[in-house]
Amino acid sequence: MAIATMFNRSSSERNVLERMNQWVAEKVRMLLPAVLGMLIFLMLWSLAAQSIDTSLGKFPGPSVVATQFSVLYREHVEEREKAQLFYQRQTKRNELRIAKDPNYQPKIRLYTGKKTIVDQIGTSLITVLSGFVAAAIIAIPLGLLLGLSRNLNRAINPLMQIFKPVSPLAWLPLVTMVVSAVYVSEDPMLDKAFLNSMITVTLCSLWPMVINTSIGVASVESDLMNVSKVLRLSMFTHIKKIVIPSATPLIFTGMRLSLGVAWMVLIAAEMLAQNPGLGKFVWDEFQNGSSASLARIMCAVFIIGFIGYLLDQAMLLLHRMVAWDKSSVNL
Amino acid sequence: MRWIKKLSAAVMLSVTTVSFAQAVELGYPEKEELTFGFIKLTDMAPIAIAYEKGYFEDEGLYVTVEAQANWKVLLDGVLEGRLDGAHMLAGQPLASTMGYGTTGHIITPFSMDLNGNGITVSNDVWAKMKVNIPNNADGKPVHPIKADALKPVVEQYRDEGKAFNMGMVFPVSTHNYELRYWLAAGGIHPGFYAPHKSDTSGQIDADVLLSVTPPPQMPATLEAGTIQGYCVGEPWNQQAVFKGIGVPVVTDYEIWKNNPEKVFGMSAEFAKKYPNTTVRVTRALIRAAKWLDENNNANRAEAVKILAKSEYVGADEEVIANSMTGTFEYEKGDIREVPDFNVFFRYNATYPYYSDAIWYLTQMRRWGQISEDKSDEWYKGLAKSVYRTDIYETAAKSLISEGVVTATEFPDFSTEDGYRDPQQHFIDNIVYDGRTPNAYIDKFKIGLKKGDKL
Repeated sequence: MAIATMFNRSSSERNVLERMNQWVAEKVRMLLPAVLGMLIFLMLWSLAAQSIDTSLGKFPGPSVVATQFSVLYREHVEEREKAQLFYQRQTKRNELRIAKDPNYQPKIRLYTGKKTIVDQIGTSLITVLSGFVAAAIIAIPLGLLLGLSRNLNRAINPLMQIFKPVSPLAWLPLVTMVVSAVYVSEDPMLDKAFLNSMITVTLCSLWPMVINTSIGVASVESDLMNVSKVLRLSMFTHIKKIVIPSATPLIFTGMRLSLGVAWMVLIAAEMLAQNPGLGKFVWDEFQNGSSASLARIMCAVFIIGFIGYLLDQAMLLLHRMVAWDKSSVNL
Repeated sequence: MRWIKKLSAAVMLSVTTVSFAQAVELGYPEKEELTFGFIKLTDMAPIAIAYEKGYFEDEGLYVTVEAQANWKVLLDGVLEGRLDGAHMLAGQPLASTMGYGTTGHIITPFSMDLNGNGITVSNDVWAKMKVNIPNNADGKPVHPIKADALKPVVEQYRDEGKAFNMGMVFPVSTHNYELRYWLAAGGIHPGFYAPHKSDTSGQIDADVLLSVTPPPQMPATLEAGTIQGYCVGEPWNQQAVFKGIGVPVVTDYEIWKNNPEKVFGMSAEFAKKYPNTTVRVTRALIRAAKWLDENNNANRAEAVKILAKSEYVGADEEVIANSMTGTFEYEKGDIREVPDFNVFFRYNATYPYYSDAIWYLTQMRRWGQISEDKSDEWYKGLAKSVYRTDIYETAAKSLISEGVVTATEFPDFSTEDGYRDPQQHFIDNIVYDGRTPNAYIDKFKIGLKKGDKL
């Protein structure tokens, strides 16, 4: 009896179940290689780690690095607690002083303790995004102009080809000196270190955007150009309705490339110029040379890689949101 | 976590008691937010302790402590105003005030420590040196090891047509002068500078070529074979022993007993513009130094824990502890007691003696960084404009009046003239009297003497 009803009821349910099974099987088939790849990587890594002896001890394997992640997190939490105590003490001190010196304008100063890994990630993200946005503001209009005017393109292209392959490390000393000479103010709003990193990022992430934008603009289909001519569209409308939509895919390709470059450049700039951020974290740990240093650097490597991946995905998402032809965006 | 709470409770308490008394005599700091730079070396300890123990906060100062990449970046930071003060090599304020290298008037109201450096050679060089060193009854080498033992090795290198390279941390660093002193005392010429001919390599006539390497990179550079030895502060000598890449052969304590090491440098402009802040910084540092040496180094273990944090020195605790707790490991396993290897407060270590400044100046003259003869008065005048005993005195006296320290822990300010009595205990037994620098310079076999010019 029971079996019969179950059998009856489930003809549609079975369908669902089957589809679910199929879906799971599909996912497993897709995920399996990724998981396997990851496992093999972990295995090779821990094998290789065991056989590499550095002067700071054995090269850290996966488990050591995992422990360091939790240590880093714990340090972050402890530092936050210390910061709280710092503010408490400060308020108290200010009150005491006002009691004796009524004219005193109390001021709450920011915590002066060390930057935790979370702070460093924040600093790096802010720097890379500001540098990237600054680059985009310059690069996209410049790319449009270059794409529209062949002569301008001929004039600027050689310069661009020369500057494009320049490593951030070459720019950095120049940027540092210029910033400290030009940016003089008693109470600077922006940190010089921040400006140095940001400008270096901008200089290096400019080129992929300029080049891709100009190619995108130059390769607008001739049919569309003719339409624009027939309709006698104004320059502005022509750019807005014809040029930008057709160039969008390439503009975004350029932006994606640029953001990738920007992130890599930033880490190098922070390392070299001792500007706060993940790069400085890596350098400081290298300088410390403690037995945990290598594992901490490995943590930073994973964090840098993961954030780079997220930035790339975010850029794709943005592209999909603005693209008129959704199918042109591949994840 | 509990210790942080305890600490903060203690700080709260001391704030309420201390700040009440001091407001009467000393004004509030003109500048409250300060950034201090340091290089990752254990002798930056007074700055770390003044921060962690809340001594800066007691003075109403909110200090950010920042590690710097190298000594030049650090000095530039102080001159540009990016840093308000820094842990400096004793030679730095002197050299920059007289215009050797980066120019700018730097002062020091506080001497940070005595001793604390060592000279390390690679394992290979040590093996060749060791045969020249007699052994004690217990089979260990007789100390102090003189450069005489190194001389045959250097000669062998020369005969094979190879350069013998050694690293020191900066052209005007204490390490440069100590390494030169040790080498020259053993008959090895470390080379002259000739700034008037724009030759600042310091390798003229040299048997051993000295070059600059930042302290934290010393062990790695030695391991790579770029240099055969180096002179540096801790923990970078002990690091070499731990990693098995080199052997410390001599400490600067043995080269010159209780030699002045780092100083706390600030720009003269800063001290003039913010006099209360300057005195208050000095007060906090004096308290920190006292804490470090208190009760026969009882606090050193805690200091080691603090220094081992990644934002300060960051090396492993056991490496830092090796020298900070009164021992020093030479050859692996040859651990000897050196209770005064790091002195922060005893023997008036924090008082900025003019004679300490003048010793560095005499060495600058000896090796040609000062290319011409200078009068004794010139030496004394320069020392006086850089080593600001007046600021130190104000700070110390205010601490004494508050009962935080006792007068017996300091020189007698009513009679002190800033010159230590003639000092012996150099590895070559030459006596140093800071009152007569020119006569001192003429005592050395190797080095420029009165009237010499390259």
